[in-house]
Amino acid sequence: MNLQADDIRSGAPDGAPVPKSDLDAIVVRFAGDSGDGVQLLGSQFAQETALVGNSLATFPDFPAEIRAPTGTTYGVSAFQINFGSRPVKTAGDQPDVLVALNPAALMVNYKGLRKGGLVILDSGAFKDKDIKRAGFTVDPRTDGTLKEFRVMEIDISAQALEVAKPFGVSQKEALRTKNLWVLGLVSWMYDRELKSTMEYIARKFGAEDPIGKANLAALNAGHAYGETHELSGDVAPVSVPSVKVEPGTYRLVSGAESLAWGLAAGAQLAGLELVLASYPITPSSPILHILARMKQYGVTTFQAEDEIAACCAAIGASYGGKLGVTASSGPGIALKTEAIGLAIGTELPLVVVNTQRGGPSTGLPTKTEQSDLFIAVFGRNADAPMPVIASRSPGDCFDVAIEAVRLATKYMTPVMLLSDGYIANAAEPWLIPSMADYTPFKVAFRKDPEGFHPFVRDEKTLARAWAIPGTPGLMHRIGGIERDYNSGNISYDAANHQKMTDTRAAKINNIADDIPEQSVEIGEAKGKLAVVGWGSTFGPINRAVANMRAKGHDVSHIHIRHIWPLPRNLGALLKSYEKVLIAEMNNGQMLQLLRGQYLVDAKGLLKVSGQPLKISEVEDAIRAQFASV
Amino acid sequence: MNVQVPAEKLTAKDFASDQEVRWCPGCGDYAILKAMHKSLADMGVRPENTVFISGIGCSSRFPYYMATYGFHTIHGRAPAIATGLKLSRPELDVWMVTGDGDALSIGGNHLFHALRRNIDINILLFNNEIYGLTKGQYSPTSRVGQRSPSTPMGSVDSPAEACVFALGCNARFVARGIDVQAKELGELFSRARAHKGASFVEIIQNCIVYNDAAFAGFTEKAVAADMQLHVKHGEKMIFGKERNKGLKLNTQTFALDVVTIGENGVTEADILVHDEKNKVIAGLLSGLRPPRFPEVLGVIYCDPAPSYETAVAAQDAAARAKGPGDLDKLMRAGNTWQVT
Ligand code: SF4
Repeated sequence: MNLQADDIRSGAPDGAPVPKSDLDAIVVRFAGDSGDGVQLLGSQFAQETALVGNSLATFPDFPAEIRAPTGTTYGVSAFQINFGSRPVKTAGDQPDVLVALNPAALMVNYKGLRKGGLVILDSGAFKDKDIKRAGFTVDPRTDGTLKEFRVMEIDISAQALEVAKPFGVSQKEALRTKNLWVLGLVSWMYDRELKSTMEYIARKFGAEDPIGKANLAALNAGHAYGETHELSGDVAPVSVPSVKVEPGTYRLVSGAESLAWGLAAGAQLAGLELVLASYPITPSSPILHILARMKQYGVTTFQAEDEIAACCAAIGASYGGKLGVTASSGPGIALKTEAIGLAIGTELPLVVVNTQRGGPSTGLPTKTEQSDLFIAVFGRNADAPMPVIASRSPGDCFDVAIEAVRLATKYMTPVMLLSDGYIANAAEPWLIPSMADYTPFKVAFRKDPEGFHPFVRDEKTLARAWAIPGTPGLMHRIGGIERDYNSGNISYDAANHQKMTDTRAAKINNIADDIPEQSVEIGEAKGKLAVVGWGSTFGPINRAVANMRAKGHDVSHIHIRHIWPLPRNLGALLKSYEKVLIAEMNNGQMLQLLRGQYLVDAKGLLKVSGQPLKISEVEDAIRAQFASV
Repeated sequence: MNVQVPAEKLTAKDFASDQEVRWCPGCGDYAILKAMHKSLADMGVRPENTVFISGIGCSSRFPYYMATYGFHTIHGRAPAIATGLKLSRPELDVWMVTGDGDALSIGGNHLFHALRRNIDINILLFNNEIYGLTKGQYSPTSRVGQRSPSTPMGSVDSPAEACVFALGCNARFVARGIDVQAKELGELFSRARAHKGASFVEIIQNCIVYNDAAFAGFTEKAVAADMQLHVKHGEKMIFGKERNKGLKLNTQTFALDVVTIGENGVTEADILVHDEKNKVIAGLLSGLRPPRFPEVLGVIYCDPAPSYETAVAAQDAAARAKGPGDLDKLMRAGNTWQVT
């Protein structure tokens, strides 16, 4: 069947139409080949969307292969954005609109689309061989595969080639403007301004570059296409009103950005320079990239030869009186564990950032997971406690990073900061903080030789004195061998080892007095059901609990930031509910931790698919809890 | 820092810590420690600006016995910790003490990168060709045939050669000494410290308990003169009791031959002059092994190049030249919007 470029079929018999105007929230998913520039398309659209004042959340979903063969399903890259006039908490369970730039992108993504949702596809990319390569036996446009959706076919490839012609760019370059053509079209559909994207193109290519001109033309052409074809009915332009939020200056921020900035901010508040030592690993590397460009903020970065060296170099920097930080992801964290033990034993400050990804082993490097809770809390030889804190969203990384620095320097201890692949890559509008709003926690190095030994402790925090090389009169030796409580010298004494082990544990446990009590995000502090989460599951849990409460259910949301030590009141709080449901993206690690700590009969909503938790999944689990009373 | 640095001259004793030294009686480590105490006093360094970092092994107990700053770290990782320290505090004198197992087995990767990166630390590798602390297993430098608890029938493992490895890593300073040769060691320490960039010193060290006399073939008094070649920059490579043996470059094989002056028409003019900046000669020298050749001692190679931490500090300084960055501004750069 030969379809017209702008053929729009309204297909879904049972699907509700895409809401037309005054949308609450809408989820758009862009998908294409990894070479199609889908991430750029998505992030520019997010930028435009933020600038009109919508609440939004994004989910960049990368393929694992950097250069997978074109047209294959494993080379599909996607970017999902949820935006709306009510506070958006997740990147959305189900897209309302799917833009598929080739058959493989359709193959991977159409099943996730809401019934009645809209598929925009590039018919120019649906040649027989493309269709076969994507794994369809017959053309999905003709065999009813898409009958539950509305389909808009546009030969975007032909459009892009046509638009780029006057600029004399190669066919390959011309086809690469497809993403901007789509951005133009989608911007028209949702009434977004093209200005920030135009500026972006001008910045990237300069005014004279023919490729830049072709991209700009494609952007405008996509926009004009929407306008002149008078796309009728349910794809007419819709405006999503801006959301009511706290006043102030906002920007879009990714987790990696706010985490890097938070580390630098934390170091500044501690009055220290920051030394980041890292080894490239997905999805943690952006932290290294961002901090490498922040030298003027008192940051030095070091790309070490491996993960172990990275952790050790950070420890060396802390020993020298800087804030040593190392950032990695699961397999890299595993390699660092011995060195972390050294920092625990020698009681040196260190921040270890773990941007969690799917595992075990190499696992799913580009997918998200929360399965490093155990390695964070327990994953070292011997009794080796250290504080663990988790960020709940991209913007939250800033405060969590500052808190990690505060704990590390105040208690002379390594701290593990848990982020994840979703948080690191996703972006959200962020009320930009002011440094003036944070209380400094300046580090005071020990200078006074009177009564000094390296393990002389602060009576309250139990933190040992931090005396750095270069200080006259305070020369001392530290090391991995057990240290005498009263002198810091090597000691193999039995009673001393017991005392030091107890002291290390007490020091970390005492931090519970220095962190906020556990609060309840929504709902009452007692009742029928508490849904407990940590980290990036915040959005879906929060929205699901709000939805279920709106339907009259007695359910509360508790979200844990300080994972070790846990807040003092958490045990009592959990026991004030009849039921406790732990929702997490692992096989039950927080579940085990809380059951073990408090003997609560908690149940788990456990998901380990590499994809974020969905609101509907949490709602279903809540329903099941009430059904099973 | 307000504390006045006392100007009085420190003695070797001032560099010894109050800790009881726990090596086996007769261990070669004692002599090295003593040489270091004296050498630091001679160099006039300040103990507070001196840091000893070590890994794991007998040799790695070294920092505990120094009245300087010291960090006894984990197995093989001393180069990485020393790198982090030197990067963050370039003004400190950073020494690293390691052994053949620590540096060339578990820590081989870190040693490689510290050397090729040319970070300004002084690396002392005590080579006793055995694992002492873990009770006598063969090490990566043990010779083929070495019997040990883990090689009861003799090692079949081809040994690593420390100085050859260091040169292969592009080390810019490679030297070798013997534990008991205090005067020569002192000179090597002083040269190593003066060298800006990674300095690598292999110290032949006798483990009296698990590998005694492993080096007797060139350290015993009776053979020492004939089996040791002490190289000096600009001087002929002559050795032997009679001072009549030397190294000559064989232009046919591009190898070094041991020749005797006065025999087969060899004159002193034929003997190669040591040029410590010549990497080809350094390569040939570091590969010589007794008994066919003398053990080569002294500074084998020294050709400074810009050190890593200097380059890093220069980039940091360039970025900071316009004054400290303002995080508030950074976070507000780019696309932002106001909500009122
Ligand atoms: S085992 Fe060997 S190297 Fe270790 S202290 Fe004893 S003699 Fe020295």
